[in-house]
Amino acid sequence: MTLGDFWFIIAAIFWVGFFVLEGFDFGVGMLHAVLGRNDVERRVLINAIGPVWDGNEVWLIVAGAVLFAAFPGWYATMFSALYLALVLTLVALIVRGLSFEWQRKFDDPRWRSFWRWGLTVASAFIPFLLGLALGDLLHGLPINSQHEYTGGFWQLLTPFGLWSGVTFVVLSLLSGATFLSLKTTGELHERAQQAATAIGVVAVVVTFGFMTWVHVGLSSGFVPEPLEAVALLGVVVAAWAARERADGWAFMAACVGIGGTVGSLFNELFPRVMISSTNTAYNLTVHNTASPPYSLKVMTVMAAIFLPIVLVYQAWTYRVFRRRLSVPKDDPDDGPAPATAPATARDGGPAATPAEST
Amino acid sequence: MSLDLARWQFASTSIYHFLFVPITIGLAFLVALLETGWYRNGDATYLRLARFFGALLLINVAIAVVTGLIQEFEFGMNWSVFSRLVGNVFGGPLAFEGLVAFFLESTFLGLWIFGWNRLSKKAHLACIWMVSAGTVISAVFILAANSWMQHPVGYTLNGAKQPVLNNFFALFTNPVFLWSFVHVILASLVTGALIMLGISAWHLRRQTEVDAFRRTAVISLVVLLLSTPIAIFVGSELGVVEATYQPMKIAAAEALWNTCPSHCAFSAVQIGGGKNDQTPTQIILIPSLLSILATNHVDGEVQGLNQLNAEYQKEFGPGDYVPNVFIQYWSMRVMAYLATLVMLFALWGAWLLYRHRLDRARWFLRIAPWAVVVPFLMNTAGWMLTENGRQPWIVQGLMKTAQGVSTSVSTTDVWISLVVFYLIFIAFGIADTWLMIRYGRKPLDHDPIARFLNDSTPSAEGGPSDEDEPALVY
Repeated sequence: MTLGDFWFIIAAIFWVGFFVLEGFDFGVGMLHAVLGRNDVERRVLINAIGPVWDGNEVWLIVAGAVLFAAFPGWYATMFSALYLALVLTLVALIVRGLSFEWQRKFDDPRWRSFWRWGLTVASAFIPFLLGLALGDLLHGLPINSQHEYTGGFWQLLTPFGLWSGVTFVVLSLLSGATFLSLKTTGELHERAQQAATAIGVVAVVVTFGFMTWVHVGLSSGFVPEPLEAVALLGVVVAAWAARERADGWAFMAACVGIGGTVGSLFNELFPRVMISSTNTAYNLTVHNTASPPYSLKVMTVMAAIFLPIVLVYQAWTYRVFRRRLSVPKDDPDDGPAPATAPATARDGGPAATPAEST
Repeated sequence: MSLDLARWQFASTSIYHFLFVPITIGLAFLVALLETGWYRNGDATYLRLARFFGALLLINVAIAVVTGLIQEFEFGMNWSVFSRLVGNVFGGPLAFEGLVAFFLESTFLGLWIFGWNRLSKKAHLACIWMVSAGTVISAVFILAANSWMQHPVGYTLNGAKQPVLNNFFALFTNPVFLWSFVHVILASLVTGALIMLGISAWHLRRQTEVDAFRRTAVISLVVLLLSTPIAIFVGSELGVVEATYQPMKIAAAEALWNTCPSHCAFSAVQIGGGKNDQTPTQIILIPSLLSILATNHVDGEVQGLNQLNAEYQKEFGPGDYVPNVFIQYWSMRVMAYLATLVMLFALWGAWLLYRHRLDRARWFLRIAPWAVVVPFLMNTAGWMLTENGRQPWIVQGLMKTAQGVSTSVSTTDVWISLVVFYLIFIAFGIADTWLMIRYGRKPLDHDPIARFLNDSTPSAEGGPSDEDEPALVY
């Protein structure tokens, strides 16, 4: 295994980590306006991811920067090819990021509903567009011998890319619904479980389609790779566990499902990193886009030191905020009503603390 | 792709991003100081102040983060040829910035916002210091990357004339990096302190919470008095370093067309100038000052633009290597003159403080809230000086800006993104300013968390209390 191969794996891990962690944040973002019937309920739902969403989003920043540093050629071609799709992604990321911090800073129904719907729509757009982006890598885009993209915006909307986008949205929804089942009590908990059950069925169908397409359509052979089987199994278990009201298992399995799905994409891609639909000779590969060994060695040392530290403190965050949230009793429509978290949390499940699943 | 549009977009994004960055660096540190005050002597006033200024910090962190994201993407989107060629050197610091700084900053900020009664006092205080450390570490990496564009080090050229990293540590011993890092951190402290001073003055003038806001006025004045003169000194030393590695930048900042052998004068103001006017009318010449600024010696030689251009043409081939002289000349002066005004303003405040007249000084308190605008002008001018002075290079001496731009992106695409980003910048810039003013004018909160934390000492072992959730934060 060359250093380039190793860094392909690390890059894949960052993308997987991003979708596992931020996937449920997107799901919660999409669901909160639907599951929360009033302002206080919606606040409770957003606060379930409040302490962690920002740290989770950094996984995307690092995933992008790792491509830049370890595979400059890949980063350059991918980001310039996906130009308008990324502009949309950025707009969605901006609206979403601001909505958390700004929505509560001004008491006005229009202001709040702008940010509420901004959060909802942006949370759907981001996994869709990033799914499209990653799907396109595998589907292939018109790329010339100079590794330059020769298409326009509409050529980005490849059928497989679109399906990947939908898959990532549905899996984010599943992840978000199971996360909320794990983090809420009372009526919200009921609704979250119902949503998870319903989404579970859709997720199984969509993921099955995705895996079939990846393996049979874009690759050769019918025997699935182990990772693909695990991912599909994860989604099936999540759907089943959601039906059985096993919140902890459902969330863990959903994480396996979404992580495995992203992983499968990278697995099928290797050792290519971007496929040229013009001519396979123009494919971008690990070999022809990786940084020279010295840069990769420096990165290896830095990652070996800091990645474990990051994992420790992020896991600790989940531990600190492991409790379920409930809707405050005295139901003032607004204002700083303290939400009480019953110490008698009813989470005895195996994944009562999401910390263990990170 | 249209080069000018891409440049316009990146310059706008950077300037806009850097309106908010110094606020977060400066305020994170100041909020950490306030919370330390609470931790050390249990005085609830400091806690209330920490939460008050913490709210202002959070409003800006949100927008600083998302605009930083645009920048990271734009390297690949608009400057893909640059990214492909130098990613092995330049991408590393960006990746480490995320890995080391952003994770730290974002994770501990989440803990800080939501952790008021989940964490012990000490752990909570540690969180805000981690956030502050994160902002500073982030500056380390991003400035190491930027300084490499100003003065590339630690690389060799391979057969394809591509720079290949061969000494990672050289990025951090780069003299341009060392001086600009200190300069940026100090400028950020000045920014944070002026914001804190402006808000404190606004409240003092209305005699609301005099005791509390006198403290923040004092703290911000002290920070201002310490950081402004050092920032000015470090900035001028950075000028000397740049005169060594990027003589064009300094010559253009003085609009010095022809080499001056020694005792070069500095013009306070000039009328005319620019690329087609080599003989502007210079007003108020300060003898020898340019020599001192550029070389640290009164009799130092300062090279002129014409001579430098001839030299560059010999070395790099025909072309125009002179940056926009008008921007250089005036951005340098706007920055330096405003810094001097800030210094005088801080001294005025110190004198009032010494005479115990600060909270009754009508004019000082009336001007201070307006002074909040000044650091943003200085910061913007400073970056224009640095980045415009690097032109026409994207990496000094290695690659021209015109060669770095994406070739596969159409002009229409860049127009679309430019319009979209501008709309967003304008809308959210207004919203941010408005929120800052609104929150800056709010009375200090007697909020439930403050009460909770005062009445019940977090349980004996200093661990988190199990009783109540804090108010829903978002």
